[in-house]
Amino acid sequence: MNIAVCLKQTFDTEAKISLNSSGKIDDANVTRCINPYDEYAVEAGLKLKEKFGGEVTIVSVGGEKTPESMRTALAMGADKGILIKDPVLEQADEWVVAEVLAKAISQIPYDIILSGRIAVDDQSAQVAIRVAEALGLPSVSTVLALEVEENKAVATREIDGGTEVIEVPLPAVFTAQKGLNEPRYPNMMGIMKAKNKELKVLSLNDLGFAEAPARKSGEAVYSLPGARKAGIKIQGEPADSVRELVRLLSEEAKVI
Amino acid sequence: MAKGIWIFIEHHDGLIRKVSLELLRQAKIIAEASGDPVTAVVLGKNISSVAETAGTYGADKVIIVDDEKLGDYTTGAYTSVLNKLARDEEPLAILLGNTAIGKDLAPRLAHRLGVGMASDCIGMEADEKDFLKFKRPIYGGKAFCELTLTEKPIVATIRPNTFPSGAPDAAWKAEIVKADAVINADDLRAIVKEVALAASLRPELIEADIIISGGRGMKGPENFVLLEECADSIGAAVGASRAAVDAGWREQKFQVGQTGKTVSPTLYIACGISGAIQHLAGMGSSKVIVAINKDPDANIFNLADYGIVGDLFEIVPLLTEELKKLR
Ligand SMILES: Cc1cc2nc3c(=O)[nH]c(=O)nc-3n(C[C@H](O)[C@H](O)[C@H](O)COP(=O)(O)OP(=O)(O)OC[C@H]3O[C@@H](n4cnc5c(N)ncnc54)[C@H](O)[C@@H]3O)c2cc1C
Ligand SMILES: Nc1ncnc2c1ncn2[C@@H]1O[C@H](COP(=O)(O)O)[C@@H](O)[C@H]1O
Repeated sequence: MNIAVCLKQTFDTEAKISLNSSGKIDDANVTRCINPYDEYAVEAGLKLKEKFGGEVTIVSVGGEKTPESMRTALAMGADKGILIKDPVLEQADEWVVAEVLAKAISQIPYDIILSGRIAVDDQSAQVAIRVAEALGLPSVSTVLALEVEENKAVATREIDGGTEVIEVPLPAVFTAQKGLNEPRYPNMMGIMKAKNKELKVLSLNDLGFAEAPARKSGEAVYSLPGARKAGIKIQGEPADSVRELVRLLSEEAKVI
Repeated sequence: MAKGIWIFIEHHDGLIRKVSLELLRQAKIIAEASGDPVTAVVLGKNISSVAETAGTYGADKVIIVDDEKLGDYTTGAYTSVLNKLARDEEPLAILLGNTAIGKDLAPRLAHRLGVGMASDCIGMEADEKDFLKFKRPIYGGKAFCELTLTEKPIVATIRPNTFPSGAPDAAWKAEIVKADAVINADDLRAIVKEVALAASLRPELIEADIIISGGRGMKGPENFVLLEECADSIGAAVGASRAAVDAGWREQKFQVGQTGKTVSPTLYIACGISGAIQHLAGMGSSKVIVAINKDPDANIFNLADYGIVGDLFEIVPLLTEELKKLR
């Protein structure tokens, strides 16, 4: 069973966000990590490999620092990595990233493609589903459980107010939701081994694109939230405070 | 010539979801200014009454696709049908709620149509050049991004509770048009084996007007009954922090935050929650935030509009009593 895992390197969720002089999100001096949801995808891939054999390939569209996160996935137990890095991809939107990932994945053997349900930086929750469409594969999103047999998979997915069980033929794409598993930590041995694992860096040209796919979105304009106005801390005896709170909610805020 | 705004109508058990009504109303406001028609698009099985109801919310037209194969939502069949309709009719924009279905369907449809998409928007307004402009939170709400989409149709999902929903007008007459479900064989590969909906009398978290959430300060699963009683006194939903979920006190589906649900209620009451940045990521767009915490320095007080410093085990029951009096 060959598994491709789409992995995005994101900022640590504690990172402070600021804008640089050109109005873009400032990426200098931030701690980066594997997108938390992609860790579940890596773990799910490793579990399938343990059961069925085969290889887990980490595929990422990224930049200079991305190999660090890819090595972490290799240290967890993934077999190899493919990083697509190209200056033109700095302008990529979800359409472009998905087209590029799909092209890269189409050039390796795969039975299953795993990804996170959402990247915590751009919060798009689009790319993996777009990859499925680009490759003409069925997809199941926000997966909480995944059972794989020979040529099919049965996935439990989160829906509003409950869950849904879906059977799909393989190959197929699954996006991981928290709850799917507990990602393992790389151990010393894994970290040592990861150093020698193959991590290919490819340009769009290497992938066979005659020209870069063009973005479909207009230019994004970034802003930071204004400071929240200082709230009111209600003082006094508990019963009085609660009465005052309810009064404020109904008369001032008018929300109850 | 591309025309009009389409609203994908999500419905369950014959009832239209609130977010679809919110979108109908907002689309109407935008479209009135530009002179564009608003079309409600209803897919499903035995849905003529849903289509009629959708019509009373001000749509100019309702497109109904009523077919056996659309009874359960599947990514493939729904994408197939909407793709065909959109290619035939060329709407300017297709808007969906950012629900489990919207999040699954919209990216797939956008890619098949070869267009961009704006996800989980908390703002939408008319744009001179590209018809619509969207605002969306990124980095857990620590930044915002405004964007337009250059290709038509525009595809976007809008966060529930972003806009108010309108009221039905029984006298309003929408044109109701039937369309066939044209589905590629490839789009029928996924089979829904089972749908398990938890019976709940409380509103769905992402659509609730009021949410009362508990964190590690709840001390144990048995104490959540305090929040449930309080919630039931005002028809609220009950949420939880990751600490409460990871401790096994509440199910994952109730978690609010970066790795849980994103909610945008008019009122969010955080009880025994410290206000970590990852919790804020899921509830920061709430209109009014209330904090109940015994630690006066808890970060949640920096975000809250109203706060009470105190023991939640004392405060919450008092709050429940006080709220009951409003009934
Ligand atoms: C990648 C990542 C993703 C994450 N995703 C999420 C997420 O989706 N959602 C989320 O919530 N967290 C998330 N977290 C975790 C987050 O960082 C915090 O650890 C978590 O939110 C803390 O939960 P808490 O506020 O309930 O607990 P604590 O931080 O322990 O706070 C408990 C609070 O209860 C108060 N308290 C205790 N007893 C009482 C009492 N009797 N009366 C009143 N107040 C009392 C305390 O003063 C304290 O402020 C994530 C973390 C990471 C790294
Ligand atoms: N640049 C990227 N490289 C590899 N995978 C990605 C990339 N961007 C997104 N993905 C995958 O798609 C999922 C959803 O991402 P997004 O649509 O950006 O929220 C992520 O969890 C990743 O698994």
